[in-house]
Amino acid sequence: MFETVFKALMEGFGESLKIFALTLIGALPLGLIIAFGSMSKFSPLKYFTRAIVWIIRGTPLMLQLIIIFYGPGLILGTNIWGIGSKGRFIAVIVAFVLNYGCYFSEIYRGGIEGISQGQYEAGQVLGMNKGQIFFRIVLPQVFKRIIPPMSNEIITLVKDTSLARVIGVYELIHFGEAFIKSNGLIWPLFFTGVFYLVFSGILTLLFGYIEKKLNYYRV
Amino acid sequence: MAVLEIKDLKKSFGKNEVLKGISFCVQKGQTVAIIGSSGSGKSTLLRCATNLEKADSGSIAYNGEYLVLDIDGQQKYAQKEELSKIRSNFGLVFQNFNLFPHLSVMQNIIEAPVNVKKMSKAEAEKKARELLSQMGLSDKENAYPCELSGGQQQRVAIARALALDPEVLFFDEPTSALDPELTGEVLAVIRKLADKNMTMVIVTHEMAFARDVASHVIFMDKGVIAEEGEPKEVFYNPKSQRLQDFLHSASL
Repeated sequence: MFETVFKALMEGFGESLKIFALTLIGALPLGLIIAFGSMSKFSPLKYFTRAIVWIIRGTPLMLQLIIIFYGPGLILGTNIWGIGSKGRFIAVIVAFVLNYGCYFSEIYRGGIEGISQGQYEAGQVLGMNKGQIFFRIVLPQVFKRIIPPMSNEIITLVKDTSLARVIGVYELIHFGEAFIKSNGLIWPLFFTGVFYLVFSGILTLLFGYIEKKLNYYRV
Repeated sequence: MAVLEIKDLKKSFGKNEVLKGISFCVQKGQTVAIIGSSGSGKSTLLRCATNLEKADSGSIAYNGEYLVLDIDGQQKYAQKEELSKIRSNFGLVFQNFNLFPHLSVMQNIIEAPVNVKKMSKAEAEKKARELLSQMGLSDKENAYPCELSGGQQQRVAIARALALDPEVLFFDEPTSALDPELTGEVLAVIRKLADKNMTMVIVTHEMAFARDVASHVIFMDKGVIAEEGEPKEVFYNPKSQRLQDFLHSASL
């Protein structure tokens, strides 16, 4: 029995992992773009971006999933996400990328604003252009600064993937719960916790390693 | 032709007029010291000359090429390509060094030569090693800024600025963030550069250093040049009451 359960849970975990990975791939760059928007000198863009970030961070991700999946259908009268599990999965990824992009943007913004003006000025008098200053001087230092808050957020994401089931995307918890109905077993659901624990444990070690690697300098 | 020529430079921050019409020239090989109390506009002057602040009016020219030109009260700044050419004329050493903390000493020095001047890495490194040995830091090329003392960091910053072969090097209170012992080692390096006829403009509170090393001294007070001349004139025969008071308080 354990083998059957383990196999099923592995399949569910695979789905959770897909949500996790695709969210990071989308939200890490999106967050940087949102961060630029919220630091823009063009104030309409700045306030618009900050309003979006406020809405996304101020409401539950679960509610956002429901609104993003069902909202377009209610307003436009057609299901823009496509039919079946694929459509649901796309909606989940869109909601997660948007949500995490907003959280990441605030972490980026804090990191970028923490770099002293002197660093920009030093680059400027050395004749570096804006792109060189940002990518060669500022961003590497931002990267080091944001590792601790980023690791927090990314570990939260591991657990948040379980929210996907509110719009019927099958992930780890769903697969665990299924054994209650089919076999009357509750322990597979409990056992899903082990998967989350092991995965976030691995991430913790990984981030610890990166932090240590970057310890050769102080900002 | 003067390496640097500034004419009637004015700059305000809000209602506070910091520079009220500054004019002076720097000739090749000169070491100009700018002295004066805090808030007299010394640093703002350097920041305008190095394009870190935009002037409100007046002109700044390097070797006859204008960084900014005043045409009938309109400030016309040099554009992109011109600007990068003019910028290659000068270097700036900051009060708090502003080394790049994530880069080693060597990487700090070759960053701009390689990525801005498009020098080959080998050539840039060779030059950096020469500069480091001049600075007495040959053994530090692989160190990171956080592993160095303030005096060492400032010497790396000087090497970083020199790596681009500037015609004129500005120093904005280069020793103000250092304790007396470390101040000496940085001043010694600047003195050596003066002996080699490096053209320099130094904002400093080190009166003895200004007196001994500078070829020309400018005393700024409340946004104007209140007095200027040869060091022995300025220090031993001050004409204005303001300069006499200032030198007295600097106890020289």
